[in-house]
Amino acid sequence: MSQSYDRGTVEDFGRWKEFSAGMWAWIFHKFTGWVLVGYLFTHIAVLSTATQGATTYTQTIRGLEALAIVRVLEVGLLAVAVFHILNGVRLLFVDLGVGLEAQDKSFYASLVLSGAIVVASVPTFVSGAF
Amino acid sequence: MSTGIQESETEADTEEQDTAAEESAAQRQRMETKRQRAAERDLQEKAEEELDDSENAVELKVFRYDPEVEGKEEPRFDTFHVPFFKGMTVLDALIYARDHFDSSLTFRHSCRQAICGSDALFINGRQRLGCKTQMVDLDWPVRIEPLPHQDVVKDLVVDMEHFYDQMESVEPYFDPEETPKKSDLEEQRQDRENREKIKMSTRCIWCGACMSSCNIAAGDNEYLGPAAINKAYRFAMDEREGENMKQHRLNIIEQEHGVWRCQTQFSCTEVCPKDIPLTEHIQELKREAVKNNLKFW
Repeated sequence: MSQSYDRGTVEDFGRWKEFSAGMWAWIFHKFTGWVLVGYLFTHIAVLSTATQGATTYTQTIRGLEALAIVRVLEVGLLAVAVFHILNGVRLLFVDLGVGLEAQDKSFYASLVLSGAIVVASVPTFVSGAF
Repeated sequence: MSTGIQESETEADTEEQDTAAEESAAQRQRMETKRQRAAERDLQEKAEEELDDSENAVELKVFRYDPEVEGKEEPRFDTFHVPFFKGMTVLDALIYARDHFDSSLTFRHSCRQAICGSDALFINGRQRLGCKTQMVDLDWPVRIEPLPHQDVVKDLVVDMEHFYDQMESVEPYFDPEETPKKSDLEEQRQDRENREKIKMSTRCIWCGACMSSCNIAAGDNEYLGPAAINKAYRFAMDEREGENMKQHRLNIIEQEHGVWRCQTQFSCTEVCPKDIPLTEHIQELKREAVKNNLKFW
């Protein structure tokens, strides 16, 4: 609604501490979605080096994987992807009208599960990089 | 207490200068104001006594704004100290503050039992009914603001016109295609299962808390909003209305600014003072709309 005066922080993101589970799920889902869309572009850019021949592609991949920052970003990418998948499943159930009264619990579950998967994946991703 | 500007007494002054014939009337008037002022003083004193006597005093931080009075156009927060008693609701505290400290404090309230839907307020960062919210359940000091995403008329009073427009746009009234014959049956009966299905959706009190909490409704003025969609659900799912009417209702809610705007943030379900599963109803209407339009040939 339009406002004829300044309501201060009543309606802005500064109230994030008061957000409920469903709201956080929505924000994270949007955020991870955009990150994944962004990643697709880099993904295509890296893959398209294969059109220059097999060696170029291998060199690009090796060069990238040698960088510690890329390894860290890969962990981040996994975190984002896993959460987006799990919350996507949660939203699927919401759309089907199943377990709506447990929607906050399923959000926390998807958070915890994606956290666990990410932590477990760290050794694989960073081995040899540091 | 109140930071209100003292009312000028011009009215009483001019009456004093009136003709002698009207002196007795003016005198009576003066005595009346005097009595009123004394009563007000008594109330204030009594309030202060009560404040001393009570073990606890609640601190209220109340949003104040009055565009029509000079010096009050700027939104601000007033602090009131109100003696606490067991079972005190936010509305009780507001009424106490208004009656004892500042009679210009404005808010809507009527039944005080969560039926009229007048006193939906933004209390401690959440849309709640003032009369249904116990003081002990809140963190003190209690911060009371008008509903977000609605224009404030004065203090805690918001403009509900847009909300009512959205409610009315879904045609929220029972409109059956055929009524049973009078000789046959005077009531239009509904079977138990169907009644159970729409039970929760009939409990809406039009308080506007859900609409105010909805992020999408805030950004899209044309979005019907949770309350209106819930109303549509109440009638679309009512089997007595008949198939054509259901089609008509589905046509309304599956428009661009209908059910598909909902992004299942569950904010409305979270704040609804009558515990209506709004998101569930919206989702069910989405499925109905899909089923309605899916064709396999």
